Amino acid sequence: MLNDLIHLLGNDRVLTRIEDLMVYSFDSTATLGQLPVVVVFPKTTFEVQAVMEWARTNRTPVVSRGSGTGLSGGSVPAAGGIVLCLSQFNRILELDRNNLTLLVEPGVTTQQIAEAAAGVGLFYPPDPGSMKISTIGGNVANNSGGLRGLKYGVTRDYVMGLEVVLADGTVTWLGSKCVKDVAGLSLKDLFVGSEGVLGVITKVLLKLVPKPAARETMLAVYNNLEQAAQTVSAIIAHPIIPCTLEFLDRTTIQCVEDYAKIGLPLDAEAILLIETDGHPIVIAEEIAAMEAIAIQNGALRVQRAKTEEERLSLAAARRTAFSALARRRPTTILEDVTVPRSELSKLVKFIQQTAQKHQVEVGTFGHFGDGNVHPTFLTNEKNKEEMHRVEEAMSEIFDFTIQLGGTITGEHGVGLAKKPYLPRQFDEGSMGLLRLIKNALDPENRLNPGKIFDPA
Amino acid sequence: MNLAQHGNLLQNLDYSVLQQCMHCGMCLPTCPTYDLTKLERHSPRGRIALMRAIADDKIEVTRTFGEEMYFCLGCLACKTACPAGVDYPHLFEMARAEVERTGVLNSPSRKLIRWSILSVLFSRQPLLHFFGRLLYLYEATGIQALLRKSGLMKWMPKRLRQMERLTPTIQRRFSHELIRPDETPAAPQFTVGLLTGCVQDMMYADVNRDTADVLLAAGCRVVTPRGQLCCGSLHAHNGELELAREFARKLVDQFNLDEVDAIITNAGGCGSHLRHYDRLLEDDPVYSKKAAIWSSKLKDIHEWLIEIKFDLQLQSAPIQSHRQRVTYHESCHLSHGQGIVKQPRRLLQSLPGLELVELPESNWCCGSAGVYNLTQPDTAAQLAERKLDHILETGCATVVTANPGCLLQLQKFAEGRSLKLEVLHPISIIASALRKPKAI
Repeated sequence: MLNDLIHLLGNDRVLTRIEDLMVYSFDSTATLGQLPVVVVFPKTTFEVQAVMEWARTNRTPVVSRGSGTGLSGGSVPAAGGIVLCLSQFNRILELDRNNLTLLVEPGVTTQQIAEAAAGVGLFYPPDPGSMKISTIGGNVANNSGGLRGLKYGVTRDYVMGLEVVLADGTVTWLGSKCVKDVAGLSLKDLFVGSEGVLGVITKVLLKLVPKPAARETMLAVYNNLEQAAQTVSAIIAHPIIPCTLEFLDRTTIQCVEDYAKIGLPLDAEAILLIETDGHPIVIAEEIAAMEAIAIQNGALRVQRAKTEEERLSLAAARRTAFSALARRRPTTILEDVTVPRSELSKLVKFIQQTAQKHQVEVGTFGHFGDGNVHPTFLTNEKNKEEMHRVEEAMSEIFDFTIQLGGTITGEHGVGLAKKPYLPRQFDEGSMGLLRLIKNALDPENRLNPGKIFDPA
Repeated sequence: MNLAQHGNLLQNLDYSVLQQCMHCGMCLPTCPTYDLTKLERHSPRGRIALMRAIADDKIEVTRTFGEEMYFCLGCLACKTACPAGVDYPHLFEMARAEVERTGVLNSPSRKLIRWSILSVLFSRQPLLHFFGRLLYLYEATGIQALLRKSGLMKWMPKRLRQMERLTPTIQRRFSHELIRPDETPAAPQFTVGLLTGCVQDMMYADVNRDTADVLLAAGCRVVTPRGQLCCGSLHAHNGELELAREFARKLVDQFNLDEVDAIITNAGGCGSHLRHYDRLLEDDPVYSKKAAIWSSKLKDIHEWLIEIKFDLQLQSAPIQSHRQRVTYHESCHLSHGQGIVKQPRRLLQSLPGLELVELPESNWCCGSAGVYNLTQPDTAAQLAERKLDHILETGCATVVTANPGCLLQLQKFAEGRSLKLEVLHPISIIASALRKPKAI
């Protein structure tokens, strides 16, 4: 049965040994895993199409993945299924400087895209924490965010076109290089954030923007969380939209400093990392105004990055927050609840209280400017009783988030990890619509089955 | 030696060390073997997952697992990249030891080669020296050149040709012929013990002399015990922990630990192992205390010189570097293994007249990786060529690196391309400037 696949892709791109299956049985989400039966590495659209046809003939589920940095279990294999790994399908096809677009294959990493753009003085803003290795296919499928979402938006805002392979093997192109394009339904948007349940993304046309002329970065230090949250609300209400407004709590600061050793204040309860970019005159005004707002809202001190090196090390250190938190305990469970920004301090306070109530350790950081918070549970999956308390706390945080008009996931996707909570946020109508769409595109439930929701 | 009595080493590990990896994937872009293959099994995250699967009894220790553990360079770039602080060096040593314990890679010829090298050759200095002299004769008498010219080489198997190409160039005089057991400068401020190494002792005895000279110039009395054996890093990195412990005990006994302020190593690969004698011997009732003192005094030469502020002394010395533009290749076990990144650069930059040009991917493995260039010649060659390409990009005629394996790898592959590239230890550049002060 697998011979057809080997015939198609060659021996070295069809893996079936237990040692290979084992390492593709998980993504970056704690405690989730499932062995596939085979891992394949297509390098062309034709090969993806052929694998899909093989899967249809053999009634085998298909889960596509890139570098496996997902945080919701979205790319964890299906039982008895194929892993369609796109990491070797990774060429940059066209950089169009006249139209400011970049056409790439799905396995290109976010970092390579950022570098390709920067190489010609352009800018690709979305910068998820794992950008050094995450692939663009995965970014699009999860509509990934990052540290610059506040001013620049998320992956969706940069996707102009997609080539997708559908469950029945159809290859189709969605979107165009046109800045305006309202032909038909906005089909490409259906696939952005679809977590691999509707089709396989085989090409991505991205929008690039001019590179900002200058940047300023500052660090504001607080001895309580709410003052940091209030500062964020005050900056937004001013109104200033900086490109980055990141928050780290005490636990996170300590873990990050332990790894990066860049001199973060270990005695602080919270820090805000603020970056503004654009014309030098504008950002000089903005940074001064934000400095004043931070002080007015109780910042103990404010310091600006003096050199480019210092600026980069601050941003790089922030990107390691999630992984650095893993220093504390064996198991690290990261959430990405998001609320309207006006509700931020309520949510942060609630997270603290809930952690205390259930006696669980939580480190919180996140994109405060986006209202996107990452409460991170530091626990041990081997301890059943503690894991139960973690689940209780998590569940309460989800409920409270929904009460505040927020969402259970701002940027990681639902996948497996948040699937049980989606019906709390979505009404019957929305859940029904999800099933209708899935059923229309993938009636045999072949693509990434069991993720996001169960088909009726 | 017998590890069989210990049971599965990965199952006996503190499980939390394995759990520490939360598979975020931050190590992937820094791993040379993942970069070459884009296969998860060849990444640190993949390898740790396999080790954990063995600890969890989900898979057996198989031949494929064994091969994977030896496909890993052990360059430890993943250790630097890991925000979660996974102790990969420990996991890696344990995994290789488990591969040897279970014997999944065993074959008569592999056993014979490992036994003769690890247990015989490196255990006896006279034997090692004799072997070195033979090699020296092979090279100095012109037999090697004759053989290479004769065209006979092409009849040799590819593997053997790859190995011959890397034959170390042995120096005429070894360390004990160049360095007296006790050398004292005019006004000694410190006393240090000097490690001369095993391979380094024969291939780069001049680097050891240079190290002694620079230490003397820095006001250190240099004590260099005779008959030093291998530090055991070769053994520990190749799954022979018991042998490694024996070597460690012998070496510790050769130094008077109370007398010295520091024990100095100039080889990145050795230092990374020597530093951890405390852990290696922690269960040894007789040696655990001594090993702890040893580890607290063990210093890389660059680290020590910066600690005693020799950089300031260099800056104001009336000397001039003989080389103007120099680039620096980081030994993996110096930068990733020991975290010594800034010190060699700072020393070089302190040498009057020297411009340090940053090497792209300076901390990417050159493929030497202990005996990796012998066990995995193809991958090692790809990495060496990649390194040379970057060195050429800098336009420098001199590259410095602080590990005998890297020195040899770069020299041999530069010869292979007929490049006029000078490959030196950073300390040698400093020593030569100190020795022959240029008129300013």
